[in-house]
Amino acid sequence: MTRLVYFAWVRERIGKGEEEIDLPASVVSVADLLNHLKGLGEEYEMALQYHDVIRVAIDQEHVEHDEPIGGAREIGIFPPMTGG
Amino acid sequence: MTIIPTIRVQREDFDLQAEVDRLSKGKPDIGAVVTFSGLCRDEGGTLSALELEHYPGMAEAEMTRIGELAIERFGLKGLTAIHRYGKIVAGENIVLVVAAAPHRQAAFDGANFVMDFLKTSAPFWKKEHHKGGHAGDWIAAKDADDTARDRWK
Repeated sequence: MTRLVYFAWVRERIGKGEEEIDLPASVVSVADLLNHLKGLGEEYEMALQYHDVIRVAIDQEHVEHDEPIGGAREIGIFPPMTGG
Repeated sequence: MTIIPTIRVQREDFDLQAEVDRLSKGKPDIGAVVTFSGLCRDEGGTLSALELEHYPGMAEAEMTRIGELAIERFGLKGLTAIHRYGKIVAGENIVLVVAAAPHRQAAFDGANFVMDFLKTSAPFWKKEHHKGGHAGDWIAAKDADDTARDRWK
């Protein structure tokens, strides 16, 4: 099981802040994960439609979309940051 | 002696003078302290508040990483960065950076560097609340913020 956490408008569109899911073996990279999630329903499709702007953190560190997710315990998925 | 940044992510407000004092009092090697505070502005009277969301744990970790980079790069003698979360009313503080160094340029540059990286890599998001109570949009990230960060490369 992998823990997914969502923030800001990604969280609002998906309709939950976090969930634990079983990922199929075919999900190797971050990009694979985003594609897989998009197939889970309309709300995921809507949250992740602009693939390129989505930022991802594995175990709380920023990663690129080609990064393998390996044995990630927690994957954060969110829009570009706007703090400060 | 290794300088360790002071990083705080908190709901409550901060006291700028208290943070300056904590960093500089009794430290005669410090010749310059630069503070930056970011406030919630009302956008011409249309905005009542901003709601700041953050990624607990990762926000502190990213801010610490940025602070350590700044200390090393500019030879800072002290650095404090505080970022608030939750609903912040127009006119209230959002963020504070205090950079202390022997000379002014390092303190200016250190504070500037921390803010540029904080805006582009610390996991915080802002949502607008308009006057009249209705929630507005999430604020979009600006290309100008990436440009500001990239000039440090």
